[in-house]
Amino acid sequence: MKARSLRRYVPSLVLFGVLLLLWQVLPPLLHVREYLLPGPAAVVRAALDFSIPWHTHVWITTLEILGGFVLAGAAGVLLGVAIAWSAPLAAALVPFLVFVNTLPKVAVAPLFLLWLGYGVIPNALIAALIGFFPVVINTAVGLTQVDEELLDLGRVFGAPTWKVFLKIRLPNALPYVFSALKVTATAAVVGAIVGEFVASQAGLGTVIVNAQTNLNTPVAFASLLWISVIGLVLYGLVGLAARWWAPWADAT
Amino acid sequence: MIVLEGVGMTYRAESGPVEALRDITLEVGRGELVALVGPSGCGKSTLLRIIAGLRPATAGRVLVDRRPVTRPIAAVGMVFQAPVLLKWRAIVENVLLAAELSGLDPAAYRARAEELLALVGLGGFDDKLPRELSGGMQQRAALCRALLLDPPLLLMDEPFGALDAMTRDELGLELLRVWGEGSRTRKTVVFVTHSIPEAVFLADRVVVMTPRPGRVAETFPVGLPRPRTVETRASAELGALVLRVHETLSRT
Repeated sequence: MKARSLRRYVPSLVLFGVLLLLWQVLPPLLHVREYLLPGPAAVVRAALDFSIPWHTHVWITTLEILGGFVLAGAAGVLLGVAIAWSAPLAAALVPFLVFVNTLPKVAVAPLFLLWLGYGVIPNALIAALIGFFPVVINTAVGLTQVDEELLDLGRVFGAPTWKVFLKIRLPNALPYVFSALKVTATAAVVGAIVGEFVASQAGLGTVIVNAQTNLNTPVAFASLLWISVIGLVLYGLVGLAARWWAPWADAT
Repeated sequence: MIVLEGVGMTYRAESGPVEALRDITLEVGRGELVALVGPSGCGKSTLLRIIAGLRPATAGRVLVDRRPVTRPIAAVGMVFQAPVLLKWRAIVENVLLAAELSGLDPAAYRARAEELLALVGLGGFDDKLPRELSGGMQQRAALCRALLLDPPLLLMDEPFGALDAMTRDELGLELLRVWGEGSRTRKTVVFVTHSIPEAVFLADRVVVMTPRPGRVAETFPVGLPRPRTVETRASAELGALVLRVHETLSRT
């Protein structure tokens, strides 16, 4: 079982290895300069060069991503519950939420910074804004996609609405919420970096902007590497949480 | 036990009003097992829901135990075509849902739940999740859930319709056993099916319904001796009655 599940990763690992190798070997052969495309070895060297305060940048960006993720999750679930709970609330909220979701968040980011100054909080807010919508939708869908017959059972047994909600609807929604949270985890990373691009004093996005100005491309790539590590860890944690709290839903 | 007087049901569809049931008059005695057969779409399931008080009739009267039914009646066990078990709950917890939704202490019913599961051959499966059980086993669990609170009335909506022929026959016998065939404490059962042999084999009376709008075409008392066994299925008497019901159905 274990061996088989490990073997599942072999094709993607092989592909990854081949790409890395090509990336290392091809650019020098084709005389591509390092400031245009540094090889993986140079990138890893930069990522582990602790004369750059990576831990501070990683910490700041992680805070922004986590803050945005938690905020998006909490707001998304609450709004989803509100929408599923009451038709008038849904009628009031949904068009508004759709409008907010269609706004290009990248364009809103400068306004946030104007209002809130720069720092962790505005960037977390941008991350939350980008990531909350799928949680709203999936929560509402998960709460309402319940077998009509189960609800009939609730009525026959005279169960109050809150009990049907707690014992049937909410657990039913869990897998939906988790699959939305996976999307949110990725979106929160984008949001935090966008915020840092617009204006920030620290964080991995800031490193990329600065590296770009100095043509220090290996550092930019190294920052990207750190960002993807944070993103993958968060995504993995959400996946683990889903398997722990909603093991009946088949993982995707 | 159940009295239907001129029950009719017309519901609004987008294309206009649809008459699902017309002038159904029917009595089901205490401890009687009545099977409703009819072409699909004849409103059998709707009629069952009207008796349960889950849908209001638009004409006529429904009495259960001499009381008019105006809202979902308590003390009824319902079984549907799908087992509709909670995917995230172990089998015994699914059976106990009946107690929980009724506001009773599930701990007090655990012993009975385990007893019922053993009675239908699910002893040792208490802690399994629904997806670990076959369709027939899941439907047995659903039957246990319906029986948990020992309701005097069972309403069954094509409960074995989704099962293969062999499991279906097995569950029919099982139903007769838990129904209390031969005992004085039998439950009243209304059993909707589209299998004529199943209806004749199980029932005291077979009610044949017409296509939409559903009306009672004819009622056949079933004189087959009880307890009914595997041999009953092969008897000439059963065969003759199946044929008569069949002829009536094809005339409607």
